[in-house]
Amino acid sequence: MSAEAIQTRREWLLSDRPVSRMQARLGRAYVAWRRFSANRLAFLGLLIIIALLVVAAFADVLAPYSPTIGDLKNARLLAPSAAHWFGTDDLGRDIYSRILFGSRWTLYVVILVAIIAAPIGLLVGTVAGYAGGWTDAILMRITDIFLAFPKLILALAFVAALGPGIENAVLAIAITSWPPYARIARAETMTVRNSDYIKAVQLMGASPFRIVLRHIMPLCISSLIIRVTLDMAGIILTAAGLGFLGLGAQPPLPEWGTMIASGRRFVLDQWWVAGAPGFAILIVSLGFNLLGDGLRDALDPRSGDQ
Amino acid sequence: MTSAISIEGLEVVFDRFRALKGVSLEVKSGESFGLVGESGSGKSTLLKAIAGLVPAASGTITVNGKTLGARRDKAFYREVQMVFQDPYGSLHPRQTVDRLLQEPLAIHGFADGELRIQRALDEVGLGNGFRFRYAHQLSGGQRQRVAIARALILEPSILLLDEPTSALDASVQAEVLNLLEEVRRRRKLTFLMVSHDLAIITHMCERLMVMQSGEAVETLNASQLIAHRVSADYTHNLLRASEGFVRG
Amino acid sequence: MSSATGTLLEVDDLRVDFPTRTGLIQAVRGVSFSLGRERLGIVGESGSGKSQTGRAIMGVTPPQALVTAKKLAFDDADLLAMPARQRRALRGNRIAMILQDPKYSLDPVMSIGRQIVETLRTHEKVSKAEARERALAMLEAVQIRDPARVFDLHPHEVSGGMGQRAMIAMMLIAGPELMIADEPTSALDVTVQLDVLNILDRLVGERGMGLIFISHDLRLVSSFCDRVIVMYAGKVVEQIKASELRDAQHPYTRGLLNCMPRIGYERHPLPVLDRKPEWAA
Repeated sequence: MSAEAIQTRREWLLSDRPVSRMQARLGRAYVAWRRFSANRLAFLGLLIIIALLVVAAFADVLAPYSPTIGDLKNARLLAPSAAHWFGTDDLGRDIYSRILFGSRWTLYVVILVAIIAAPIGLLVGTVAGYAGGWTDAILMRITDIFLAFPKLILALAFVAALGPGIENAVLAIAITSWPPYARIARAETMTVRNSDYIKAVQLMGASPFRIVLRHIMPLCISSLIIRVTLDMAGIILTAAGLGFLGLGAQPPLPEWGTMIASGRRFVLDQWWVAGAPGFAILIVSLGFNLLGDGLRDALDPRSGDQ
Repeated sequence: MTSAISIEGLEVVFDRFRALKGVSLEVKSGESFGLVGESGSGKSTLLKAIAGLVPAASGTITVNGKTLGARRDKAFYREVQMVFQDPYGSLHPRQTVDRLLQEPLAIHGFADGELRIQRALDEVGLGNGFRFRYAHQLSGGQRQRVAIARALILEPSILLLDEPTSALDASVQAEVLNLLEEVRRRRKLTFLMVSHDLAIITHMCERLMVMQSGEAVETLNASQLIAHRVSADYTHNLLRASEGFVRG
Repeated sequence: MSSATGTLLEVDDLRVDFPTRTGLIQAVRGVSFSLGRERLGIVGESGSGKSQTGRAIMGVTPPQALVTAKKLAFDDADLLAMPARQRRALRGNRIAMILQDPKYSLDPVMSIGRQIVETLRTHEKVSKAEARERALAMLEAVQIRDPARVFDLHPHEVSGGMGQRAMIAMMLIAGPELMIADEPTSALDVTVQLDVLNILDRLVGERGMGLIFISHDLRLVSSFCDRVIVMYAGKVVEQIKASELRDAQHPYTRGLLNCMPRIGYERHPLPVLDRKPEWAA
């Protein structure tokens, strides 16, 4: 691939007169990518998230020890060393391996919450915003009820009712985190609802369902993606919080929050037991936040179209 | 000749504000009819009421012999289409021209979409090179051409034009006005055109109605207006104002 | 106050550039003219650089813009060389600007009267009572019928025409010598438009101000101004006396005049402008 070929491909992508649907779409994505990758911190965030994905995918290859079976006899609460990079915990398990495997649970929680909560919020918000009137009033009052409680308290109540465990923790977090998305989607819908381009679609005889689904939702999605990404850190922390309180993942599952909970007894003498998973949470949260910030600059419709 | 649009005593009320106070109007089939007035005259509201974008409080609207109810059906939108004032606001920001033109065809279940899109783009003088562009890759005049193509693609018999050139530069305005005249001639369309500019209305329309604060002031032939044979003082004022500034 | 020749403003080779990610956008490319105590119209289509020219003279270009000129002198003082403070003091005091939409240029949370009084008091040391007196007189001068009532109204409580009059009153209160009006009547109804122009015309005549009237409407400008500058793609293509506009030489000016529909002239289709690349060269 010569420099010239790359140059012509870039021109093809940035063309002002694309000749196919594909080229138009790729060109648009490329512009967003250029804007995103110009932001170094956002790029760092992306790298962290990619690293997280890789680690989760290859945890069994990367991890030197089992995450659940420890060497109780010889390896309890060892300090970090060449053999155990992050030391070992009170049951003689290698913390480094547990953190690698824990990334799977973190991803599991984050992704499940995102794919449950975001669509609910999007649907409730756009329908409320577009329909207005009674529909709007009822849907938004329900949203307000959810918003009125602190997230962790509400999640605690749900988990208490549903029983502890990581699936129920995911469900509880999802149920508590859609209301802000509904608010965002509704606000966005209200601003475009009366625009001429929506009126033009109405004048073609499109059904309200079609207008919401095909014309309004695509406009709300980018701000929603940004918000969800920024919320990921919060989701991780809530999940960790539930784990810490013993209501999320149950031992011996190597979930980071649960690991901190079980390490807090030794936090003064064997700081690495709680410190290592804490640090992992910190890094991943930071990664999602940086990524979200970068996406905001790259995708925000208000930052101009080009 | 039959009536394309016939309106009897139309009232439109927004939160107790009477935007239209019993307006009646008759547009013959194949005619180009103008509505002139200043902001707040209700001329755009009249257009929106016909299109079903604002509800009528009372009065009847009859289009091609059919009296309209509160809801418009799909068949109505195949007869009546609209071009909006602001070309920057009337095209969806996240859709290519192709997608914009496909939407009405998909809603009405046309099979020969490919052909129709190409024909529509050719008709408004854009051609295939513009087909996969987004609105932000087009100039104001090009956007308005896309909006016209979108309105024409369902082959309506009536076009509602809401100040279609007021956001454009004078030279682009001339091009768009010429295009509108051309498609009207070719497709034998009925135009109902709103403008604040008397010169544009006399250029485009055979008859016109002058409106002020929600009421009809008078209905004239374009030739009467050109000859200054108008009766209402308000129309005189408008005519004088359209001649530019006179130091006095 | 002005120099012996009666020249108020001198512009030589004014350029305004905007650096962007994709390269330099040259909004204004070497505009030169001089202005006495007269009405000068700057006409052009969108993107011709007419507004950026006005903004550069006023000194309100966006911060990323690069403004250069061989000479940009107001009353023999170099505008580009003078310190920012001095230029700020000039703005509003001796040079004033009216924008298209009063809705965006008036402070929405302050009553109209107070805004005028504040403007006056930042430029002149006058007592509150006197400032109020003069603000009321100014509102009367822009033909507001009930100045005492309008004085206490907020911008959203008045119509577009009234708002624009208030804006003119605010701009004129400090007695500027140069007024830059950027599309001052485009957002107004045609009948109101003429009222506002009449007010501007009278005030400019009475006070001997220089006026730069920026507009897209060639016909309106030519009926209002003494002299017209026609801009195209950031350059001046023609400078002409308004009374001689019918004999304009440049095809762009002629095209611009011809392409507008006129009452009583049947032309179907309307002549369109055939843009030549060499006009922009």
